[in-house]
Formats: sequence, structure tokens, C-alpha cells
Amino acid sequence: MPEKYVIHTTTVPNRFRAISKSGIIAWEEGCLRCAICVKERCVYDVYYKRKLDSRQMIDSIDNLCMNCLRCVQGCPKELISKSVNPEFKEMGDDFFTPEIISRLWYQAETGKIPVSGAGYPGPFSGPGFDSMWTDMSEIVRPTRDGIHGREYISTAIDLGKTLGSLKFDQSGGLIGDIPLLVDIPLPILLKVPPFGAISDKTLLGWAMAAKRLGTFLAMKRDEVQKLPDQFRPWLLPVLEADLSDPAAIPRGVRIVEIPWSRKWDKTAKIIKDAFPSLLLCVDVAMMDGMEEKARAVAEAGADIIHLDAGAPDGGKDTKACDARAYDPRRVKDAIRSVHMELVAANIRDGVTLVASGGFAMAEHVAKGMLCGADAVMAEFQLLISLQCRMCRRCTTGLSCPMDIQDASSKWVAGRVVNLFGAWHNQLIEVMGAMGIRDARRLRGEVGRAMFYEDLDKAVFGSLGSAAEGFELE
Amino acid sequence: MNNSVKFRFPGVVKTPSRFRNPIGKYRLNRTEACEACGKCVEICPYGVHVIRRGKLYIENPHLCVGPDCPNPCYEACPVKALSFGKNPVFDLLGDFRWTPDLLASTWHMAETGSVPSAGLEYKAGASGGGFDKLRIVMKQGSTGLAEISDDDIDVTVQLNRRDDNAHRVSIEVPFYGGGMSYGSVSINTILSRIKAAKALGTFCCTGEGGYPDELKPYADHVITQVATGLFGVREETIKRVKIVEFKYAQGAKPGLGGHLLGDKVTPGVARMRGAVVGYPLFSPFPFHSVYSVEDHKKHVDWIKAINPQALVSVKVSTPTDVDMVAVGSYYAGAHIIHLDGSYGGTGAAPEIAKKNIAMPIEYAVPKVHRFLVEEGVRDKVTVIAGGGVRTPHDVAKIIALGADGVCTGTADLVALECIRCHNCESGRGCARGIATTDPELMELMQHDWGTRRLVNMFLAWKKELTRILKRLGMTSIRELVGRSDCLVHLDYIKSKE
Repeated sequence: MPEKYVIHTTTVPNRFRAISKSGIIAWEEGCLRCAICVKERCVYDVYYKRKLDSRQMIDSIDNLCMNCLRCVQGCPKELISKSVNPEFKEMGDDFFTPEIISRLWYQAETGKIPVSGAGYPGPFSGPGFDSMWTDMSEIVRPTRDGIHGREYISTAIDLGKTLGSLKFDQSGGLIGDIPLLVDIPLPILLKVPPFGAISDKTLLGWAMAAKRLGTFLAMKRDEVQKLPDQFRPWLLPVLEADLSDPAAIPRGVRIVEIPWSRKWDKTAKIIKDAFPSLLLCVDVAMMDGMEEKARAVAEAGADIIHLDAGAPDGGKDTKACDARAYDPRRVKDAIRSVHMELVAANIRDGVTLVASGGFAMAEHVAKGMLCGADAVMAEFQLLISLQCRMCRRCTTGLSCPMDIQDASSKWVAGRVVNLFGAWHNQLIEVMGAMGIRDARRLRGEVGRAMFYEDLDKAVFGSLGSAAEGFELE
Repeated sequence: MNNSVKFRFPGVVKTPSRFRNPIGKYRLNRTEACEACGKCVEICPYGVHVIRRGKLYIENPHLCVGPDCPNPCYEACPVKALSFGKNPVFDLLGDFRWTPDLLASTWHMAETGSVPSAGLEYKAGASGGGFDKLRIVMKQGSTGLAEISDDDIDVTVQLNRRDDNAHRVSIEVPFYGGGMSYGSVSINTILSRIKAAKALGTFCCTGEGGYPDELKPYADHVITQVATGLFGVREETIKRVKIVEFKYAQGAKPGLGGHLLGDKVTPGVARMRGAVVGYPLFSPFPFHSVYSVEDHKKHVDWIKAINPQALVSVKVSTPTDVDMVAVGSYYAGAHIIHLDGSYGGTGAAPEIAKKNIAMPIEYAVPKVHRFLVEEGVRDKVTVIAGGGVRTPHDVAKIIALGADGVCTGTADLVALECIRCHNCESGRGCARGIATTDPELMELMQHDWGTRRLVNMFLAWKKELTRILKRLGMTSIRELVGRSDCLVHLDYIKSKE
């Protein structure tokens, strides 16, 4: 049995107190300071742990409070009330919602899978990946043997092309070369986000994380020079579209990326001629026409297609998130469409499809792969794991409220490793339930997925007629 | 369960909150200007105000219906001493599925035995799909079978529909209590549920933690569970019950095993489960002795050998091939197919599993119903749906989609004043004394109180279901099974222009 892939996680505490949903505990006028709520009744000892002076009983936003409402319901004078923390509601955006951000913080801090009681509280379905469910097997489970079966689930995937068949000559010798493959133990690549209070310390921390995870960190060519040479095998430099001098390519790297442009194949030739053993990744923006571009890129021999929801075509304007080319909530459909185009052109195995943008939670990785991606690329998660709240002050030149640039590289690496350690475990959970033992087999396996658009119409589509004179209840 | 004598349901006993300040949607304020004239007491239809020794109190603010009130006290007060507003705490409660309104209306039913007359949306939640987008179609203005007495509307469900020698068991209401194990909830919660089940002529399942001796007096109403961990499964307990439930999977964590945290393994729990105090317990997934329908039949036969008269229920989750699983279970000899959807569950589960794995129960039930009909065996097997049934309207909807009855779980806990804070598993367990084995927290709830709350809620459900059936012109809940033509889905409704 090959060496087992384990991501070692350990608690890496927050640098600042986390913003939690639990909001203001307000003591109204008339409080007698009896302290029953505070001293006797609080199940979670919030007041002791926060070292609040019970006689003061001032307004408090508290992240230790678990919202059991015992104090609200037990106050002899009915004077305590609670509300949702307004700071919590304001975090993030439509995609990185406050709930998602706080869950990512928890995972980056603890390295653990988020667990809670009392069923799933969320909406029935939603846009993008929220309109998918993953399957499970009820009884027959040849691929998994209970809780110990987890050991046998592999999340490794290959980057590069695979051959449809091998050809041999008369004497049994292999004809042609076997294309280069790079395998990574986790179907997640990392990418330096387009904004953020990023210092050289931060970059080094991310590179350390990529190395520990055994995956790649994509970054601009000049950023590669800022890091010690020992990290080269885990760095993925993004080169200029019009690169003409191959000497500019950093040595020691295994993969390079170039943005798609009309002359991308000329740049590709320059690179391949100079360094035939480099894997070439082409960044194709998610936008109209991506299917044809991706097919042409694959047919022309690129090893990897980076289907990119983050950067507009050409990859030049990456200053702000608002410059996103594609709504992350539609990434699911974009991946399916490009995947099917490559399948129809009979070239799917001739290229690796890596998708980026729109992968905010661990479940999105599995779902993106079921839709047809071989792997995904995470970017803003690298910032959020450092307690970024996506306030975007940095994009307007203001200081970072979380001083991310000052965090030590060790702390940065620990947080990122924790986050993806938790994602790795969650990926194993859903793969186990699906009865899939090898992450390579997740790709395009829509038979193990259920789609809202198919199911809802099939089940409820006929429930649409009510004769006149009827009322609905 | 003997139908020769008509079953008598208990009456409603008003059972208010066990906390000092019940949570309501609205808050009333009375200023010093009050002259204690008593006008508010006189006009309030809901008993919000009381007068004692010449002083006025807002005794039941949670019963206030706010702007829906036909006789608002704050307008009638001669000295304008009353004002009302929304309770700020209310927004902190609940979620998309269990909206604050659904929680408060369930508390209302558990307190009073009736659905709220105004002020709260008690029929549907806000999940934006499934149950919450389905509506029951009723003839306008018609009262259906208004002249028929409520007592003549039949809501019983026959659980044994095979012609075999097992018990002829029927339940007096179209629901029974789903499994919650000794360990995941307190003994007071278990006792409340089982006593309510007895009072209502139905059943309650022990979950996988074994069959505590405290339940012996209610043996005729206990379903005992055989789950993958085989915790607490003994020959004597199998012999003692009328229904045995096999749990292959559960909706909250389909395809994953169970996990009882070490903190919850108290001496009592450990004794029951044959385990060591303080150590976490895993129940594996799947059944290691079942890898085919034939293996499953072997299990069913094993139960039948120990207790030939027992009914066998098979609890499964909802994968794509749930219809095949149901048919397979039927041919293996099951009496009841119990489909468990993914919004239920009381214990801790990975969030990724709760949200993503397996299909919603509203899809699974019609799929299974149709398949069993096509197979020609639908009337030989009872289909029970669980995991996400919150209201009497949900019961009617899922039965119209093809179930015979439902299994409840979370609704029971809400009646016992769960606020769905989702922290069942952290620290000492449920801070409200429901899902905990902490000796001090357990004492927050007594089972007599719990029993009354559950009986009240289910009587309200029964009353509401009876009203719905009458409006549909049906005298038996059996007429509603599979009648999806009684439903419309708001997303697909055709506008008639």
C-alpha cells in the first residue's frame, strides 16, 4: 500500500476575536444586578470566560454566547434581550456569505469538519452548486467498509494528459513518448488572490502550505522570485501572454500558466521548445465562447486548461474582484458545458480541466468535479483563512483591519493547512457516501449527482393546475 | 390498538412554557400612565393581560397576535399606556426551514392544543422549495363535509398490510415518533415522547441506544431499533415489542455512521449500550453483515425467528435508487418502509452531509409510491416518511405525495421548547435540557410537562388534519394517499389568463 496521505492539523488560534452571529446582549433599564443570568444560569460560562464584571452588565457583543436564550427567558424582570450582530451581517458578499466566512474561519482555526445538531436549516435549493445533491449507496458498499474504509479513499489526481491507448512496434517496444503527468494528493490547487493585504511573509506562508499539502500555488512570475528556491517545485508561475524570452521562466518549476490570447500557441511553442518537460496550463476565462476556446487549446496540445471565473480574458485586469468575468454562482454550468464539449470532441482525457472561482466550501470541490472538473483552484479562501472578512478596504488603498500583512509565515501556513485539511476530510465523507474510492473517478460522474432542475420538474412539474373557484392553503 | 372499542383521545390540558419568559413574536409595553381600569383584560381575546389585586400585568405576551388583533388593546386603552412592537429576540430564532413563526406556532399548539388563530404563519416555512412551495387545493368557500362530526373522520393508519401472522397493528393518528436514542436525548425527553405516544394510540421508537427499563410500562407503544452499531439490542427487547425497526441509514447523515460524543456516554448510557463511560461511540456505516437484499432478508428472518409476530420496519435514506431499495425491502419481508429525508436529525452531523447527501423527502416519496404502484405491491406495504415533517400541513402534503403516514422528531423537540440553536452536541449538551445527559440540565424538564406538551401539539395536528380532510371532502386519511392532484406547486402553477 502506498504511503498514506495525511494532512496534519493542529489548532492555530485567531489573531483577532472572530465576528460571530451572536449579537448584542442588552440589559435594559431597571436591571437590579441580581446576576442570576450571569452567575447562576449561563450554561456556557460565557461571563466567567470573558471575565466580565457581573456588576457592570454593560452591552456586549459576545462570540462565546451560543444563543440558547436561557438568560433572556430566565431574567426575573424580563430585561435582557439579544439580537443578531450587525457586524456579522455586513461581512462578505453575495457569494462569500457571513455564514460561509465564519465556517471557513472555524476550519482554519481548528482543522476540523464543521459539525452541528438539529438537521439542515438552510434553503431547499439555491443557485449554482446549491442546486445539486450528491448520491449515497444504501446497502451495497463494495468500495467502503465502514469507518475504517476511509483509509482507502484516495483524493489524488493527475495533472497533464493521459493517452487513450499505447502503441507498440513489432518487437514490442513502445512507440512515441508517454506524456508527463504530475500527481497531487488533493484535487485543490492554490492561487494568490488578486487583492489583499499580502506581504512577502504572507506569500511565504502560502508557499509553505502548498508544500505541506503537496499541491501548487499559482502566482505572478515576479512573485516567484521573492520566495526561496526550495519552494520552486510547488510554485506555478503565471507568465505573460506575449512572453518571448524563455530565459524569463523561473527554473525549477514543474508547471507554468499562460493566459489565453489570439497568439497563445506561439508563446506555448517558445516555452515547450525551451523546456519540453514543463506542463503547460492555459488560462481560459469563463465567458461566452469558452467551450470552443477550451477545445481548441486542448486540440493544440496544452496539458491543462484553467477554466477561470476570476480573471477576465487576457488576465490583465485582476485588480478588483468586481472585475470578475463570471458569476461564481454559474460556475457549475460553465464546467458542465466545457466538460461536455471536450467529451464530444473526444479529447477529454487529453487534457486536465482545473476550474477556479466559485469554490467557497468543501462541498463545492466534490460538486465541481462531478460536473466535470479534474481539480479546482482556491484563491480567496487563502485570505479568508487568515481572518479576512472580504471587506475590500485594501482595494481602495485603506489598511487591513485584520493586519494580515503582519501575520507570521508560520501562522499563515498553519491556517491554510488547517482549512484544506478540513476540506480533505469532508471530501472523503461525501466520496465515502457515494461509494467512490478514487477522486479521479469523481470527474463528470453525474450519475452520482442529483440536479434540482431535473428532479424538481420531474416530480412537481405536473402539479400546476387548480381549477377556478379553488383556493390554496 | 384493538379496534373493537373506539379509541378515546385525551383532552387538552393547558401547558405553558417552563421558562419564566416565553418568547413571542410581539412585545407589549405598559407605561406608568396605566390607571388599572381593566379595559385591556376585558377586550383582549387571547388572555394576554391579567389583573391581580388591582394591578395589571402582561402575563402572556407570547399569545399576542400583534397587528392581526381584531380588538387591539393599545388602541382601546383610554390613557394610551400600551404600545406594542416586534420582539427583537424573535429574529434570532429559527432558520429557513423552521422559521420563527413555525417555532412559535408549534409552541402555541403545545401550550393550547390548537393551531394559532392569527398572528403566526403556521402552515409552511421559508425554505423556498418542496413543502414550502406546495399548497393544498381546496374548494373555495365550501366547507366540504362540515355536517360530519370530527370523530367520524378516520385518521388511523394500518401498519401491517401483509397477510401474514404478525400483529395487526394500526395507529390512531397518522404519525409516530422517530428514533431518538437514549444518550442523544435525556430520559425525560424519551419518557415524554413514549407517554404521549401511548396517550395518542401510536408508537415511539427508541433509537439505537437500547431499550431502557423505564419504558417497560409502555411496551405496546415502543418500536425498538436495530442499527449498525447494534447498541442495546437484546433478545428480550426484541421479544418485548410489536415493531422492530432496522436502521440502514438516517437522513441527517446518509452514508455516514453515527457518533455519540464521549461526554454523552454517562454511566447510564454506557450500561445500556455495553460501552465504557466517557468514550465516544461510533456506529458504523453500513451494516457490515448486509451487502445485498438477500443479506437484508436474512436480518428480517432473524427478527421473525425471535419474535414471529413483530412487524419489521426498514428505515432508509433517500439515494437516487430509493425506489429500488423500497421494493427490495418489501420483497425481503418488511411491513413498513420508512424513508428518512435529510432535514431531520437531532444529533450532531457533519454540515456537508446534512446539506448535500441524498435527495429531499418530497422527491423520494412520490418516486417510491409510483414504483410500488407499478410493481403492484403498493397496498401490501406501509410507507412512512420522516425527516423534515414540521406541521399538519406537511403531513397532509407528504401523504398526498404517496406516504401512508409520517414519523416525527424535530417537531417533538420544538414542542419541548427547542429553539434550534444547533448546539445539541457542544459542551454539556442541550442548554435547554432536551438533548442532554447532563444530570443538572436534564432536570430542567419534567416528563409530565413534556407529555402534556406533546399530546397538545399532536391533538392540534389531528384537529387540523381532520379539518383539511373535511375540506377536501374525504372521510378517511387513506383517501388522501397518493392524491397529488390535491396539491399545486407554486413554481409550476399555470396562470389562467
